[in-house]
Amino acid sequence: MEKKTQPSIWKSLRLGLGILAVLVVYAYGFQVTKVDLAEFRKESRQDSRIRVMRALVKPDIFEFDQEEFTVFAPIYVPCPNQMPQIPPPDPNQPYLVIPSQCGKPNQSIQVEGFNFQPNIKGPIFFVPSSDPNASLALQRGNIETDSQGHFLITIRLPNRPSEEVQYLKVVTRRNVGLPRFSQTAKDTWDKIIETIFLALLATTIGTLFSLPISFFAARNLMKEVKSPLTSISLAALGWPIGIALGLNAARLIQSFLAPWRHQSPASLVLGVGSALAGTLLLRWAVFDPRREQDNRSTKMLRTVAQLAGLVAWVLAFFALSQLGVKVGFSLASHLGRFAFLGNFIGQLSDVVTVLLTPAVALAGGAWVGSLGGELGTKWNDTLPAAVLKLLNSLFSAFAMATLFGLLGWGIGWLYEIKTIAYTLFYPAAVGAVLGALLALFTQPKQPLPIGLVIYTLTRTLLNAVRSIEALIMAIVAVIWVGIGPFAGVLALGLHTIASLAKLYSEQVESILPGPIEAITATGATRLQTIVYAVIPQIIPPYISFTMYRWDINVRMSTIIGFAGGGGIGFLLIQNINLLNYRAASTQMLAIAVVVAAMDYLSSAMRERFV
Amino acid sequence: MLEVRNLTKIYEGGVLALNRVSFQVPQGQFLAIIGLSGSGKSTLLRCINRLIEPTEGEVIWKGVNITTASPQELRLVRRKIGMVFQNFNLVYRSKVITNVLCGRLGYVNPAWSLINRFSQEDIQKALRQLERVGIADKAFQRADELSGGQQQRVGIARALMQDPEMILADEPVASLDPVLAHSIMRYLEQINKEDGVTILCSLHFLDLVHRYADRVIALNKGNLVFEGLPQEIDDQKFKEIYGREAERIG
Ligand SMILES: Nc1ncnc2c1ncn2[C@@H]1O[C@H](COP(=O)(O)OP(=O)(O)O)[C@@H](O)[C@H]1O
Ligand SMILES: [Mg+2]
Repeated sequence: MEKKTQPSIWKSLRLGLGILAVLVVYAYGFQVTKVDLAEFRKESRQDSRIRVMRALVKPDIFEFDQEEFTVFAPIYVPCPNQMPQIPPPDPNQPYLVIPSQCGKPNQSIQVEGFNFQPNIKGPIFFVPSSDPNASLALQRGNIETDSQGHFLITIRLPNRPSEEVQYLKVVTRRNVGLPRFSQTAKDTWDKIIETIFLALLATTIGTLFSLPISFFAARNLMKEVKSPLTSISLAALGWPIGIALGLNAARLIQSFLAPWRHQSPASLVLGVGSALAGTLLLRWAVFDPRREQDNRSTKMLRTVAQLAGLVAWVLAFFALSQLGVKVGFSLASHLGRFAFLGNFIGQLSDVVTVLLTPAVALAGGAWVGSLGGELGTKWNDTLPAAVLKLLNSLFSAFAMATLFGLLGWGIGWLYEIKTIAYTLFYPAAVGAVLGALLALFTQPKQPLPIGLVIYTLTRTLLNAVRSIEALIMAIVAVIWVGIGPFAGVLALGLHTIASLAKLYSEQVESILPGPIEAITATGATRLQTIVYAVIPQIIPPYISFTMYRWDINVRMSTIIGFAGGGGIGFLLIQNINLLNYRAASTQMLAIAVVVAAMDYLSSAMRERFV
Repeated sequence: MLEVRNLTKIYEGGVLALNRVSFQVPQGQFLAIIGLSGSGKSTLLRCINRLIEPTEGEVIWKGVNITTASPQELRLVRRKIGMVFQNFNLVYRSKVITNVLCGRLGYVNPAWSLINRFSQEDIQKALRQLERVGIADKAFQRADELSGGQQQRVGIARALMQDPEMILADEPVASLDPVLAHSIMRYLEQINKEDGVTILCSLHFLDLVHRYADRVIALNKGNLVFEGLPQEIDDQKFKEIYGREAERIG
């Protein structure tokens, strides 16, 4: 009994304390988020709330040509001793009736109107001049006619005494003709189109890049990738060498092509010629299993031919993109309304030119890296373990030293550290020690799970990028490329890469392993296995995710403009800041329509594919 | 001639799935592999074409040491060894004909095959294989529209596309009803007798073993516990292979 009560008191106490803690947390939450209904109830708030709400329900979409109708009535302020004769108004036209047709300054008088348009509004002015059309007019109120076109209003006369006749003026406006789109509607239309294409481009870029990345982020594929330390360190050494080679090759090729930059025919001949030559060389050089095995010298020759073929292709790409820039932009200046097509060719070629150098560098890295890996595997298979252990510690120390040295150099550059010992020598030394230790503590022929390392790195990077909101990326992109939709494309594109790569890789992870096993067993290469066993399984979910992402990107691109990233958000935030709520309302309506349409479209499309 | 010497497989985590298994299979033999679930049959078959890397031991086939072959040599070996699976392992979203053509991947030009281009010869060959297993009319349907028995026939047609000299069949009829099982086994028998293809086939039911196999090996917890003719499996041997409590039904 006693034993039972004691813990139950404790329990109640703990519960009480828990509740108290929760209360404190929420109380603090109210404090920091400034929950305050007094502000909400304030009259000025209420007014502005109503004003905004009323503006919002009247989006500025249509406008009419307007006909202005003005009616005058003479008046004396103050009443003269001798009232002059005033001709009676034409009873078939709209007219005003002012009792006694005069008044003291600041006196309130009643004005009645007849024969106006029924149910019409307009301002009533006092014109302090003997010329009724004088530009100065003091607004005294707003009239509103009933269904008979009659109104009655009390106005206060201004303190403008004069001996001369002065006037009351009522101006009414009437919509005539058919409604047409307002300027706001036109601007909104332009921007919403920009928004949709911004989302389209961002999705396309994201899809293109996340496709290959998703394979590196798929655990089931990467955990199979293992190699011995010899191959890994030789490959790791090969990469930077290859990248440097690739960069230099790209630079050489570009400087070789530079003299022909302005001669389109020459670029064309060079491009097509080297593309043909490259294709022929590669056709001969790529290993074809039908030929069984080659002898040694042919093998060497094929390797050389492979290299030559690749160089020829790079040359072709450079020449053709150079041609594209030239032809595209000159087309743009001749095509008139279709200038955007020429511009597209020009810009696309420019993009290709810019991307080609890193692509060549990467390809060079991959090539030399894989050569190193192959060499490592060969040694691993043939050399005795003791020799291998020695080689391993050497290579792995070198590789790690290079890696750490590069990292240190990068950090040194960022932080502007000038002491080379800190940025290069120390990191390299640490890397060398780590590499040697790695070699010491692993068996020389033991395959290491390098795939899992790459997988983990890729995942971490993707998670880091994904955790940054696209809006914040837009701010950064604006610094890079300036305000405008291109910054939005970059920001959304980057975010799309990270999130699509994750979604895609989860699909790759959930595929059936059986078909992969079966295709591998037929003697297919790794690439063939991916094409025939993996890709058919992932295409439907990939399409569905891409559609879903486009949908999200359309939503995001509507607000990416808040940060200067172009699209309709740019217009919206401007109008909100200018208190131009009717225009803002138009843009919100447009966003709602587009988002709803995309939602419907993407779910309809997704249903078809899954 | 296939020679397996001291084949040992220890999985990560320490499961000893094969323990120094040695045996030989002459070219053209129909060898049945029997044993309880978990006795190591699948592991053995997969170690032969190195879908699973053996921990120790050697597999030598036609004078080539498969266990030490380079990746390229391994592919050349694999393309001559067809494989048939218990769950068929078809690519279900692809067409039947594409599944069959996959058997040709070890032979075709790698570049063209990546964009799904096969020669007219190969396509005709694929149609002939489908005809041979009696489902030529299904060639252009999706693989998941077929019944289990039909799917396994696609699996056999895919193996045949490799012009195999050996077929590894891992419980090819375990997911099929007995009538279908016999029809599938008859195709394997036909391939064995007519084309002289060596067949290694793991099986569950002894009656299938008696009916189709030339020779039997039995595994128990990774150990080779029997090697001989199907008729030699008497009650005593049966208990050794399947354990004391087992009742003989087949
Ligand atoms: N990938 C694996 N990892 C760890 N253990 C495994 C793996 N595959 C199979 N095993 C184990 O190896 C043993 C043999 O399995 P298996 O070859 O599939 O037997 P069978 O095909 O005869 O049913 C079993 O004990 C099983 O649990
Ligand atoms: Mg099994």
